[in-house]
Amino acid sequence: MRIAPCLRTFCFAVLALSIIVTQAQQKRTLTIYAATSLTDAFEELTAAFLRDHPEADIVLNFASSSKLAAQLMAGAPADIFASANSAQMDLVVADGRISAGAVKSFASNRLALIAPADNPAEITGIEALGSKRLLLVLAVTGTPIRDYTNAMFHSYEDEYGEDFAKRVMENLVSEESNVRQVVARIALGEADAGIVYQTDVTDEVRDDLLRFPIAERHNQIASYPIAALNDTALPELAQAFIDFVRSEAGQLILAGFGFCSPLSEMAAAQAEPTAETSQDQLREDETEVAPCEGLEAEG
Amino acid sequence: MKVWKLKADKLLLFAVSAFAFLLLAVPIFVLVVSGVGSRAWEKLPESSSILTATLLSFASTLAVVCLAALLGTPLAYLLSRFEFKGKRIVSLFIELPIVMPPAVAGLALLITFGRRGFIGAWLADAGIIIPFTILAVILAQFFISAPFYIRSAQVGFSSVSAEVEDAARVDGAYGWQMFWYITLPIAWRALASGMILCWARAVGEFGATILFAGNLQGRTQTMPLLVYSVFERDIDAAIWTGLVLILLALVALFVSQWFAATQDRLV
Repeated sequence: MRIAPCLRTFCFAVLALSIIVTQAQQKRTLTIYAATSLTDAFEELTAAFLRDHPEADIVLNFASSSKLAAQLMAGAPADIFASANSAQMDLVVADGRISAGAVKSFASNRLALIAPADNPAEITGIEALGSKRLLLVLAVTGTPIRDYTNAMFHSYEDEYGEDFAKRVMENLVSEESNVRQVVARIALGEADAGIVYQTDVTDEVRDDLLRFPIAERHNQIASYPIAALNDTALPELAQAFIDFVRSEAGQLILAGFGFCSPLSEMAAAQAEPTAETSQDQLREDETEVAPCEGLEAEG
Repeated sequence: MKVWKLKADKLLLFAVSAFAFLLLAVPIFVLVVSGVGSRAWEKLPESSSILTATLLSFASTLAVVCLAALLGTPLAYLLSRFEFKGKRIVSLFIELPIVMPPAVAGLALLITFGRRGFIGAWLADAGIIIPFTILAVILAQFFISAPFYIRSAQVGFSSVSAEVEDAARVDGAYGWQMFWYITLPIAWRALASGMILCWARAVGEFGATILFAGNLQGRTQTMPLLVYSVFERDIDAAIWTGLVLILLALVALFVSQWFAATQDRLV
């Protein structure tokens, strides 16, 4: 009888597995789905949060907001969703896994044009993207960063000509699945230019990149909403994390990575800014919005 | 008592086997059923992207198979007929891409043939940039899938016994003639089966392609890259492309198994 020992091993394995599972539950693990651009900031926020909540554990899952929204709508287990725009958050709200009232904005961000440190295409600013042959890399259609990027290119059309966005797209050579992969392509020097969030120029890649400012009146405000899922098993802990992110301490950590506080932004824009509607309002209030000068200084 | 135990063991055997089978079969079954059930092909707003991805996949994999036959056949023959120093290392390098993660292969290709790469920097000086072109797609697919052909061809050539070739040599056949009229006709089934496996693996290649060649519709976006790029905004297009890929894989599997079976009967 060779199978009898197998039976014993099998039972043992099941037992061991159930012990691991129950232990994991005892540790109260919070699963957080967050946009790729939040990677470094959320790793530090998590570390700070866990110092105050030693009983908790946090699992972070980073991908493009559109990918995360698709996974959540397919029923992926998570406790918190932090998106890089309201469009992807709205999809999950419409799907019923998050209630509209739970959504709070917690950070905002700006776009930046980046090139490899040696600038092989000798670009000087956004205009170059539509006026010479070069290798341009953007995030894939459907991601928040790409929506903001398209809006930004269209916004430049009054300055650089009506077909500016079209001319820019002729230089597009690759659509990366998230914004950090765009950064990687440029840092490696494989492509000549890319559009990313200003917070994506992190310390690890700062030396490999050149950063060009985008005029405030054409730039987009990426507003990041966060919410707990309705079916979370840990509603109090999830709420505690969200409160922490929106607290002064949390906002300070986010500011350290170049994010702006949404509260000051909202005061300026008067409303929840979306890529399409915020533009005009922004133009009027341009002078009042102080967009996180710390990062704007270089480039 | 003993009979009962036997029964319990058998039951466990069947239960675990059934579980393993379901784990493998159910996801594919669900994909097919949901694709057919929702009539995925009827609502394809971006059908042009499916067409271009399909054409691109066919063009690149055709090039890969030709390249594998052209470069891989001599290599496979060499490995099956000659003993030389370092043969084991050569075999190891040929088989490594079969088991290494494709993303690692893509990274290796990028730092070799990329614009700043070991060979790529030199090519870039000459005005040739490989990444973001169909050439990069072909290179990535070749790197991952050619070993399947080379291995199969090597086994095929090894199955042609030395006596047959010796007899041909006695009858006056020299190198090239002997290969063309004696070895190839005997081993062709193994070669064809290897070619189909190589093609199927090339069609499915994802990791090395997206890392090395990038992802752009009509330029480097093959069918697996399309599935990955559109599944969150256009699940129907992703499912439909998935159905086509599953169908192609099934055909490749049947044909290659048929070749392998007839080869066995011959030898």
